[in-house]
Amino acid sequence: MSLGVFRRGIMLFDQILQYVLSGISTGAIYALIGIGFSIIYNATGIINFAQGEFVMLGGMFTLFFLETAKLPIWAAAPTAILASTVIGLLFERLAIRPLKHPTPINLVIITIGGSILIRGLSMLVWGKDTHSLPPFSGENPIHIYGATILPQHLWIICITAVIIVLNKFYFYHTISGKAMRACSYNRRAAGLVGIDVRRMVLFSFIISSGMGAVAGIIVAPLTMTAYDVGVMLGLKGFCAAILGGMSSGITTVVGGLILGVLESLGAGLISSGYKDAIAFIILLLILFVRPQGLFGKADSERV
Amino acid sequence: MLELDGVTQVFGGVRALEDVSFTIKQGDITGIIGPNGAGKTTLFNIVTGIYTQTSGRIMFNGKDVSGLPPERLARLGMVRTFQNIELFGNMTVLENVMVGLHTRSTSGLLACSLKMPWAVREEKNIRIAALKWLEFAGIADLADVVAGNLPFGKGRLLEIARALAVEPGIILMDEPAAGLNNQETIGLAALIRRIRDMGVTVVLVEHDMELVMDICDRIIVLNLGKKLAEGTAREIQENPEVISAYLGEDN
Amino acid sequence: MKSELIKFLFFSTIILLIPFVIGDGYLLNVMVFVGIHTMLAVALNLLLGYAGQISLGHAGFFGMGAYLSAILTTTYGFNPWFVMPAAAVIVGTLAFIIGLPILKLKGHYLAMATLGLGIIFYITFNESVEMTGGPSGFSSIPNLKIGSFVFDSDLKNYYLIWLFTLIIVLLAVNLASSRIGRALRAVHDSEVAARVAGVNSRLLKVQIFAMSAVVSSIAGSLYAHTMTFISPASFGFNFSVELLTMVVIGGLASVYGSFLGAALLTLLPEFLRAAHDYDIIIYGALLVVMVMFMPGGLVRGIPDLYRKIILRKGAVDNA
Repeated sequence: MSLGVFRRGIMLFDQILQYVLSGISTGAIYALIGIGFSIIYNATGIINFAQGEFVMLGGMFTLFFLETAKLPIWAAAPTAILASTVIGLLFERLAIRPLKHPTPINLVIITIGGSILIRGLSMLVWGKDTHSLPPFSGENPIHIYGATILPQHLWIICITAVIIVLNKFYFYHTISGKAMRACSYNRRAAGLVGIDVRRMVLFSFIISSGMGAVAGIIVAPLTMTAYDVGVMLGLKGFCAAILGGMSSGITTVVGGLILGVLESLGAGLISSGYKDAIAFIILLLILFVRPQGLFGKADSERV
Repeated sequence: MLELDGVTQVFGGVRALEDVSFTIKQGDITGIIGPNGAGKTTLFNIVTGIYTQTSGRIMFNGKDVSGLPPERLARLGMVRTFQNIELFGNMTVLENVMVGLHTRSTSGLLACSLKMPWAVREEKNIRIAALKWLEFAGIADLADVVAGNLPFGKGRLLEIARALAVEPGIILMDEPAAGLNNQETIGLAALIRRIRDMGVTVVLVEHDMELVMDICDRIIVLNLGKKLAEGTAREIQENPEVISAYLGEDN
Repeated sequence: MKSELIKFLFFSTIILLIPFVIGDGYLLNVMVFVGIHTMLAVALNLLLGYAGQISLGHAGFFGMGAYLSAILTTTYGFNPWFVMPAAAVIVGTLAFIIGLPILKLKGHYLAMATLGLGIIFYITFNESVEMTGGPSGFSSIPNLKIGSFVFDSDLKNYYLIWLFTLIIVLLAVNLASSRIGRALRAVHDSEVAARVAGVNSRLLKVQIFAMSAVVSSIAGSLYAHTMTFISPASFGFNFSVELLTMVVIGGLASVYGSFLGAALLTLLPEFLRAAHDYDIIIYGALLVVMVMFMPGGLVRGIPDLYRKIILRKGAVDNA
């Protein structure tokens, strides 16, 4: 075998490794957003179109607290998460709860309207420019077997892992978490045993908006942030949630990772212009072929 | 006319129905009864195309209809009504019944948009036929009322009128007496008899024993997913197994 | 049914007379767009208002019609009058094929899927630079013409567009009050009951989806020949939301409501000139407010409001 072919093989391997690694990191972000979708869906039956906007708010608020309020990063980020969560709370209180006829069409329209409002107000306040957040621990690339990743990638993966563990702990080992799971299995029964279902709905929005904000903060140093990053991120997060069968656990994480890696490989090996289209084609395919997700069971009900 | 052969339905780990077989004779009024949890509604949903059974066959007029969707069943002559009544709430009573005549009409998208003369004529005929069914069910005076505003008893009659407009060979009713008061139930019994007199086979799933014993020619009893007994009202009333199933065994 | 005809004739007369009232100025140009938007809103309303199926990607069909017309007439020199129906057939067939799997979805899932679909269209318009010109757009599209009569002025385009729009409005009104319209509303109110009554809801939904795509494609072709310049920005998610807002504000399941919504959302930004960037906030606010307080749209909400105020006033007077 000639040395040239061998060397080209190594280079291809390096490239693929590169795409896979960066795909894992974006996949982690999609997983976080997807879990946010699932939490609200499981507690309320609503798909919150505005989920992507909370991701955007995380990044933008952090920027605001960093540059305008001159807070250091370790204060700005949590404050930003808090601010996004407050918006999430307001959204549930003002747009979702007072709805008199919660039909699917109305819910879709109102969550779209809400997401547009949040996006528009952000544009009003912060303008249309893209901004970048400083990375958490510098920009020196780390080399793994010929691929290069930035420290921020590692932050993303680690923080995502921590959030997922916290999530699992909350839902399986705390009273309010178990109560929320009860709501997702059977709202009426949960109400009958004394769970305040409306409070659970509020909590689900709070948790999801918080998680979304975290996702936005950890990815902003890599991908820039602006008033309109929410739409695409939200849709891709939704795709991860669908792949995972709308669960707030490990299947959505796997879904997100698969999506991130496929998108990264597709962008690198096939075409970078159509990168976003890859996620949506996957979304359509999974909705057509296996709407219950990669790991779910098919219903026997046909109607 | 309707034949079930070894119908079994398994949901997850639960055997909701186990090897249920029976035959419905044409022109009969047949009642399906059983204690709560016997599997009556599951059976009903399987026969009417809402679920697909795990195993077993459903034969309608000699044709295997297992797995066919409700709209196909309607065209073959099988309709059903729902326990909680499913009305088109935003349409008038008359329009609800007119939808029932969908299978008796053919004007398509193009013909309707262009208001072709035959489409206009067909529309007129649909309206006339729908009014006749409203009269048959005794609610012609409510023709222009919005269906969502109807009291429950009238809504029940509307649903039956709509089902009859399909001109089915068999109508399956899921707890038609549920939510009706005594007077309305008597009216329902009379209506069901008139339906049978028209030549339509009737099957009802019911809890109201008086109604069932009164009008049913044959009764099938289900318990715990299995067929327990089958016979006339008298036979069922005297069947010790049926009695104990309803009253519960003394352990 | 007579009253429907009278309503339509009244509406048509007003539309035909408008240029004489407002003259040949900027407003007339805006009214041309009201025509195109009305066509699009009516098409979407059939799907959304009557059949109850959400589509957030209809701008994609609009764009397909526009680009097909633009490319086939400008780059390849085909006759626009031949291309327009051909494009409509292509888009309609595509919509039918996509509709079969996509309309098995319901509610939020359908919304997301159509959103994804629309974005895929947009990305395609943006990335196929050799064919579409990419983000910088596609120009020099020829005007439509009959013999030596060229549709190159606002006045001529106004009547051309509105002729098509009025035909679509008439077809929609006929459809709405027919057996098919009834079947659509039945599917919306209770799909299971409609199916039990014999309505093939799945086929019907796909047919309406395809039909609304065909109308959107025609609107796109007309748009291309009128504007002579198109770019992907007009066919993205934002426009799909704008269309949705028109339909919701005007009134779901009301053909004239769609006109009202289209007119309002096309004319209003012209009067709030400074608000160009902020129109997106206004759409969002309008959607939220309408769904909460006037879910039936203006076409029902305003008469309701009027009645409530008059009744209240009457009660006070009688006290």
